[in-house]
Amino acid sequence: MTLLSILGMISSAIFSGTSLLYTTLGETIHQRSGIVNLGLEGVMLISASSGFAVTAITGNPYLGVFIAMMAGGIMNMILGFLVVTRRANQLASGLALMFFGFGLSAIIGKPYVGTRINALPRLNLPGLSSLPRLYSSLFKFDFLIILVIPAAFFVWWLLFRTRWGLGLRAVGESADTAFASGRSPFLIRYQALFLGGMLTGLGAAHLSIAYTINWTEYMTGGRGFIAVALVIFSKWHPLRAILGALLFSGAVAFQLLLQSSGVQISPFLLDTIPYILTLLVLIVWGGARRHAAPASLGRIYQGVE
Amino acid sequence: MAKTKDVKSSVYVSMRGITKAFPNVLANDRIDLDIHASEIHALLGENGAGKSTLMKILYGFYRADAGEILLRDKSISINSPQDAREHHIGMVFQNFTQIPAFNVLENIALFLPDLQPVYKQSDVEERINEVSIRYGLHVDPYAIVSQLSIGEQQKIEILKLLLSDAKILILDEPTRVLAPHEVDALYEVLDILREDGYAIILITHKLNEVLACSDRITVLRGGEVAGTLLRSETSEEKLVEMMFSKKLVDVQKTEQGVQKISDTPILQLAGIETQGEGNSTSLKNLNLEIHSGEILGVAGVSGNGQKELGDVILGMEKSLAGEKLFFGKDMTNRPIGDIRRNGVGFIPENPLLMASIPYMTVLENMALTNTWRYSQQGGLQVDWEAVRADYQATQEDLGFPFSLYTLPRSLSGGNLQRMVIVREMTHDPQLLIASYLTRGLDVQSTLAARQALLKACENGAGVLLISEDLEELFALSDRLIILFNGEIAGEFIPSETTIYEVGHLMTGSEVKYVAER
Repeated sequence: MTLLSILGMISSAIFSGTSLLYTTLGETIHQRSGIVNLGLEGVMLISASSGFAVTAITGNPYLGVFIAMMAGGIMNMILGFLVVTRRANQLASGLALMFFGFGLSAIIGKPYVGTRINALPRLNLPGLSSLPRLYSSLFKFDFLIILVIPAAFFVWWLLFRTRWGLGLRAVGESADTAFASGRSPFLIRYQALFLGGMLTGLGAAHLSIAYTINWTEYMTGGRGFIAVALVIFSKWHPLRAILGALLFSGAVAFQLLLQSSGVQISPFLLDTIPYILTLLVLIVWGGARRHAAPASLGRIYQGVE
Repeated sequence: MAKTKDVKSSVYVSMRGITKAFPNVLANDRIDLDIHASEIHALLGENGAGKSTLMKILYGFYRADAGEILLRDKSISINSPQDAREHHIGMVFQNFTQIPAFNVLENIALFLPDLQPVYKQSDVEERINEVSIRYGLHVDPYAIVSQLSIGEQQKIEILKLLLSDAKILILDEPTRVLAPHEVDALYEVLDILREDGYAIILITHKLNEVLACSDRITVLRGGEVAGTLLRSETSEEKLVEMMFSKKLVDVQKTEQGVQKISDTPILQLAGIETQGEGNSTSLKNLNLEIHSGEILGVAGVSGNGQKELGDVILGMEKSLAGEKLFFGKDMTNRPIGDIRRNGVGFIPENPLLMASIPYMTVLENMALTNTWRYSQQGGLQVDWEAVRADYQATQEDLGFPFSLYTLPRSLSGGNLQRMVIVREMTHDPQLLIASYLTRGLDVQSTLAARQALLKACENGAGVLLISEDLEELFALSDRLIILFNGEIAGEFIPSETTIYEVGHLMTGSEVKYVAER
């Protein structure tokens, strides 16, 4: 293992962790408002495909990112209509949304499979230009990577320092109490879903427009579900989500590093390392009582009699 | 109080012809109510008389089927709590609207109407402290609400109201959860508020409370107004007459002596110690015995280890040292199921949270603590018919009518308490732990519950009666212990002590009570 391969691992962890962190932040917002969005995978695919398609057509990756964000928000509005307005079961609705996303994204993305697009430009970080080109190219980041940790702090600030965030968390804990305080749980849940959908869209956009610069069917490869697990891992806290996303993508990159350096272990076994890690973390953290799930998570708010 | 001069002329808010029907029950039937500024208006009635429903309509939690609400003679429509709050109407619910996972500050900030979109915690903290110091409602703004006692939670609730700029304050049974000295403090707060021009509506079924602090009293009965009176025009007898159609009989404890003390105690605690987490109390070297056919009263201000005592007997809390014996058999730290099978009934202090599952029917809740009794074919089937028959028999015995097929979440606080009492009294318990047995019950149900307790005793059960109602403890207990700070501060036979002596030990004060004046 050379220094280069280790730096490569770190770089790849950052690249693949970014989409995961955006998505986890989005899901944190959903769940803080009391909604489990199991459709994340589908939302991501729709965002990734439509963002990619728009970038391919217009040649403007920023427009692609914007469209991916909007697509995420709009997809979540479908879920909102189901679980907020129609009071449908959240888990069933989320899964339906996911399969809908699988199909629709395949249709959207089909003409663009293998298309080359203008990727989101990668910027030179100041101070790294003196390094050899081989090294510095590993740490040329696009603006989505640069903004992802500030985004986590922004979500934290939004949830814990603003009136809107206070109301949102209240809805997730007890919709009746939030209602009694003069808020509309319906409206807040729609807002949470839209904002969370936009963050999910950002994550997906990073995946297709900045990181892999490619569209293939099911390219998210379970990231939506990992994000749900990471929300639990981070105990519904946006700052701990940074750690969670890094740990997970670090494990993925480490496993790739092991494979490339010729360690004689079945690659299938290595593939499971990140998930084993997730399981272990959930086992260890799962039982702790403090910072438990929002009390109304998954519960349908019925409104006034 | 010189402020009373303009009370008559200033009707602040009026409710006219308010009607509200729920499935199976007409909760409010054409109710008229006038509330003045600078008055404490008591809304009196037994459980299910429609007091809470009426006030929830005023606060926008329910919508009336018919009728109108006038604010200073202008018709207003209140369709949500938000509307109510914009009209400066605030309400403290019987089940607090607080979020257990939030801290005090967040809970209060949630209800501040003028909270900045981006708020500074220190600003909110300052405002809380300002009001809490003025009214003596001290709370730690950063304490997590789930770790506070009910009494402290009530303080938060009142603080919330005061800080949210409400001018009409609706309090739903505010003293239900308070210790005696806290009740006096509350009256003082209400007095100051009245002088500041607030209109205060007090929902209650306690006569002494009504007579102690209200200016006018409206009595509801069966969803209708039975009459509105000035306090000066009324008396306890008159109010009781208006509340109930039938005459009440008081419970009398039959003198049966203490002849049964000699047998093995049903329950014996020897040197029990627990470690309280967070704000809960640790029990220290606790020794007590309960014999068949006796009622052991436990007095104390709430939060001095009563909850922990009940929990440790039932097995919900682990004891670190000492022994717990049932009929002489060591049951220390055995699972709750084993204790329950030994015939232990438990009526906890907060039935909604601690003794019922709101989304299962009453009948299913009834079977919950006794599933082994009703399971057939090794638990593959439940004999629901038997469950129904058993509990209906007890219901008729006690005279607590409520449907077995509704959801507990739709029951009022009193009916919920009745449900738990019925459940725990069925199957002839050997030992009954009753925490705040009559809290939230109206006069009639209180009597029925006490009678049921005495009947259980006559059938040979031992009873641990945890209460803050000293009159109740003195009337019912054979022996009385006082808990203070997790320790037994004194043990008496009620006839050999006075309320003042007990009250003293409850507060832990070292000064001797001087005179009764």
